[in-house]
Amino acid sequence: MKFTLDWLREHLDTDATADAISDALTMIGLEVESVEDQGKALEKFVVARIVSAEKHPNADKLQVCKVDAGTGELLDVVCGAPNARAGLKSVFAFPGTYIPGSDFTLTKGNIRGAESNGMLCSGRELELNDDHNGIIELSDDAPVGARYIEVAGLNGVVFDISVTANRGDATGVYGIARDLAAFGIGRLKDGTVPHQPSPGGKGHIGVHLDFGKDEPQACRMFAGRLITGVRNGPSPHWLQARLRSIGLRPISALVDITNFVTFDRARPLHVFDADSLNGTVHARMAKDGETILALDGKTYALDPTVPVIADASGPVGIAGIMGGEATGSTEATVNVFVESAWFEPMAVAQAGRKLGIVSDARYRFERTVDPESVRPGIELATRLIVELCGGTPHEIVVAGHVEGAGTHIEFPIGEVRRLTGLVLPPDRIVDILTRLGFGIASAGTMLQVKVPSWRPDVTQSADLVEEVMRMEGVDKVPVEPLPRLSGVAPRMLTTLQNRRRTVKRVLAARGLDEAVTWSFISAAEAKRFGGGADELRLANAIAADLSDMRPSLLPGLLGAARRNANRGSSDLALFEVGQVFLSDKPEGQHTYATVIRTGATGRNWQGGGAVSVFDAKADLAAALDTLGHDLDKLQIVSEAPAWSHPGRGGRVQLGPKTTIAWFGELHPAWAAELDITGPVAAFELDLDAIPEPRRKPTRSKPALKLSDLMPVERDFAFLVDRDVSAAVLLRAARNADKTLIAGVDIFDLFEGKGVADGKKSIAIRVALQPVDKTLTDEDIEKVSSAIVGAVAKATGGTLRG
Amino acid sequence: MSLEDDITRLRAELTAAIAAAADQAALEAARIAALGKKGSVSAMLASLGAMAAEARKSAGPAINGLKTEITRLIDERAKLINEAALSARLAAERVDVTLPVRPAPTATGRIHPVSQAWDEITAIFSDMGFKIAEGPDIETDWYNFTALNFPEGHPAREMHDTFFLNPGPDGTRKVLRTHTSPVQIRVMKQSNDKPAAPYLTAAMEPPIRVVMPGRTYRHDSDQTHTPMFHQVEGLVIDKESHIGQLRWVLEEFLKAFFEVPGVTLRFRPSYFPFTEPSMEVDVQCDRSGSEVKIGEGSDWLEILGCGMVHPNVLRNCGLDPEVYQGFAWGMGIDRLAMLKYGMPDLRAFFDADKRWLDHYGFRAFDMPTLFGGLSS
Repeated sequence: MKFTLDWLREHLDTDATADAISDALTMIGLEVESVEDQGKALEKFVVARIVSAEKHPNADKLQVCKVDAGTGELLDVVCGAPNARAGLKSVFAFPGTYIPGSDFTLTKGNIRGAESNGMLCSGRELELNDDHNGIIELSDDAPVGARYIEVAGLNGVVFDISVTANRGDATGVYGIARDLAAFGIGRLKDGTVPHQPSPGGKGHIGVHLDFGKDEPQACRMFAGRLITGVRNGPSPHWLQARLRSIGLRPISALVDITNFVTFDRARPLHVFDADSLNGTVHARMAKDGETILALDGKTYALDPTVPVIADASGPVGIAGIMGGEATGSTEATVNVFVESAWFEPMAVAQAGRKLGIVSDARYRFERTVDPESVRPGIELATRLIVELCGGTPHEIVVAGHVEGAGTHIEFPIGEVRRLTGLVLPPDRIVDILTRLGFGIASAGTMLQVKVPSWRPDVTQSADLVEEVMRMEGVDKVPVEPLPRLSGVAPRMLTTLQNRRRTVKRVLAARGLDEAVTWSFISAAEAKRFGGGADELRLANAIAADLSDMRPSLLPGLLGAARRNANRGSSDLALFEVGQVFLSDKPEGQHTYATVIRTGATGRNWQGGGAVSVFDAKADLAAALDTLGHDLDKLQIVSEAPAWSHPGRGGRVQLGPKTTIAWFGELHPAWAAELDITGPVAAFELDLDAIPEPRRKPTRSKPALKLSDLMPVERDFAFLVDRDVSAAVLLRAARNADKTLIAGVDIFDLFEGKGVADGKKSIAIRVALQPVDKTLTDEDIEKVSSAIVGAVAKATGGTLRG
Repeated sequence: MSLEDDITRLRAELTAAIAAAADQAALEAARIAALGKKGSVSAMLASLGAMAAEARKSAGPAINGLKTEITRLIDERAKLINEAALSARLAAERVDVTLPVRPAPTATGRIHPVSQAWDEITAIFSDMGFKIAEGPDIETDWYNFTALNFPEGHPAREMHDTFFLNPGPDGTRKVLRTHTSPVQIRVMKQSNDKPAAPYLTAAMEPPIRVVMPGRTYRHDSDQTHTPMFHQVEGLVIDKESHIGQLRWVLEEFLKAFFEVPGVTLRFRPSYFPFTEPSMEVDVQCDRSGSEVKIGEGSDWLEILGCGMVHPNVLRNCGLDPEVYQGFAWGMGIDRLAMLKYGMPDLRAFFDADKRWLDHYGFRAFDMPTLFGGLSS
């Protein structure tokens, strides 16, 4: 919402500086986005009249003009504008003037042999608009020699404020003045508009409301007034200047008056050419198939959710949003029908959104226009029309009725202190509310407050507290510490929150970079990774490749790998800890930790090579370790996830049913389809699937039992079939004697020369820990044969000779 | 030839042999030749037994003297040989210590600035007694809007640029939450239901002090807006907390987060459907240079929105607004990180460009704590 200091002073008696007003506006919640002294850059430009225009002797497209700039002599000026002609008044710059739109300082010149003592300017040269087709054309009453900024109304300070959705009343200069006056900046002038007589008597145009019982009552009051015999044409200088100062283009007196009232009183109006209307004017919901050519030159298809103004021929305006082209006023309009109505904010907001029209009327109606401004709006418009265009007003016709909600609020003044901490005398509270237009009947500490019609957003005591605090100043609220609930803060993070934090840190400590990727991915990727359900697809995606909620973090990380490879980094180690979506229910959201390594690990003179499934498995083991789980003690199933190479991936189970993780190397076919070169190792860990650790009654660790006896190690090499799982062999060996065997490790793995085809050799080292006596050779022999027997039974393996 | 001559000759012979021994083996041979069972010195000692007592008296010490001397020479030679062998080994084992080692994994892995800021915020608020609560990204219209006092069709809903999901099998259409405020409702809405998933926070009874970080979504994209971003919401509900304390909490938090001795805040009345009174907060800063400096200067930068929880919101959660009251605020985690660490473009946060992560990321063990400092 833009307005100028001059305009504000029409309603506010104040000497306050622009800076003081700007600060005040911000402090009372009318946030100032910019304050601009728009005249400053243009103060040297003057109004000049072209006395004569002759063709330039040496150039076809130039003219040499004699210009009267009010200096008492005629100046020769070379001009290339096609509209430069004798008698035209335009904007003139003397030599030495800085031309903002062209970024140069004008000098006296000689253009193709003709002297030029200044310049006639286009809108673009003054940075007023983009118009560079010709020089600015001023109306005939512009005084020659006057400063252009004064003539154009650009000599003021322009405020641009952002008005929140609840403050329809602040979308007009008068409402802003009222707020400022209540805050203590100046005195609000009387804004009452007297009733305008209707010498024309009854008009011939009637109005009515036409809403079915089941339809939204989108228009609650519709009023109009016929004014006959007007002369439309350019509006006078002051009105044009006023509109131009806030960036509006003057059109004609009738239209300019409606725009003026819209901005001055937050009261949108519309003027119809009465002679183009057919029958009664009424408000109703549009019908399927109806269309309207609106004033913006576009045709809109309407439907029964859009309220319209219509006559017997069909829609003539989109209610509260924009009028129709066919019935709008023109220069030729003689009889005008002024519309002032009250539309439901929601209906206007929804229709505006649906049709995609942004207009000054919609901006106000959807923030709620003062319901009691319907008649005053017409009266003000009538006065201005009669003043500027002449004509005979007829009686106001009205359909329906609306008035302010007349809300009464019981307001215990203690609420101000309870909610804000501000301690104010009751008089001060009453004073603030009264200045804002609230009606007050006091009963001690309980106020009876009547809400004015222009503040429908105020419905309960908390709203009144805001009004009081706003006007007193939030900076007056004393700062007070929030008392601590406990001396030392207790544990604040949940198990899962802690797990996420530590898993991130441990993965970063293993050399992986943390990525944060989009929660949405392409439909094709979602489908490929097991998602793609319709209810997880966005109805209004921002881009085609960001349409589906991700079922896995892998697509995002693989996309990152592809982008990094295209930038030259193909050896990559990335992880993400974030949410995946398995359904649209809250429980369908899981937190995954996912890792990818691509290319080679640590290409270095100390070694390193292509990433493999075991790199991912090692990362997974590290992550699980921080969560208190030893991967070797969990069940690892040789079932690769869909994205994995079928022979190089696995699944980790916690107990017989719960899968907590998947790991593997990316399937070569998927890699090719996803445009990824080189190997990729990955794991996915479902952090939510890991149960809470059992809380023990004490934090005490189990007693440490240490043996004084020397441990003994024995090595075994087994020949087994190639498809035997190492885990099975290890488990068999480990379980061969649960008291003596302290650990089993694989220290060699071999296939090839010396080992039969289809077989492999697994060499294990078994650590034996004697418990109560040193082991004899016989004891060791006994355990050894138990191990060999157990391995043979579990795997069919034999001791390698 | 006298015994003396024999000793002198033998000493000379053995001394030469020991000095000539180039390694331990040669020295050992020399030792055996002299002091072994059949060695020359041993033989000479053995000859003592056959001597007359008188002769033995003078011969004994002389021969023993020779033995002692030879033993000493061998020991000295052994030491020299050992030292030479060690020197040779050391020379052979010399390596180029300027060769770079494999980089430590901790030197290459980096934590994303969003996680770092998240941990910093969590560290500060948990010290102030706030628990951390979370809710789902996919919300119902009721939690995201209705319960938060957004009237149906209200323009404030439109300003949220909401992402909608396709209707599910039951015909309801979910939204991607446009803010973390629905978590307020989940925390305040009085219920005994167990949360449906481990990440969800159960309802709490007042006094409530929680912060609610999370991912949020709006249909918007430019240099400072991405369709996905991170917010943190705070909520205090009890029987007396008011705006004076809200001001204190925010000042203390921002001071701690930006690690500056003081911040100046400007509270501007504003409008949010779910708070009343509502305010926007600007922080005083210096924007004259290429980076924003919080805690100095004379510019204002909008940083968060806040207010007293709206009575209708309390009612929607089953709390009596005449008994309970409190305040809430919300701010952007990404934005806080950008301001603190000087990242110019929000879009880069979600691109996973290794160069960006390596530059703006944090070391694994740069764990923000209050006792160790939020940042190193």
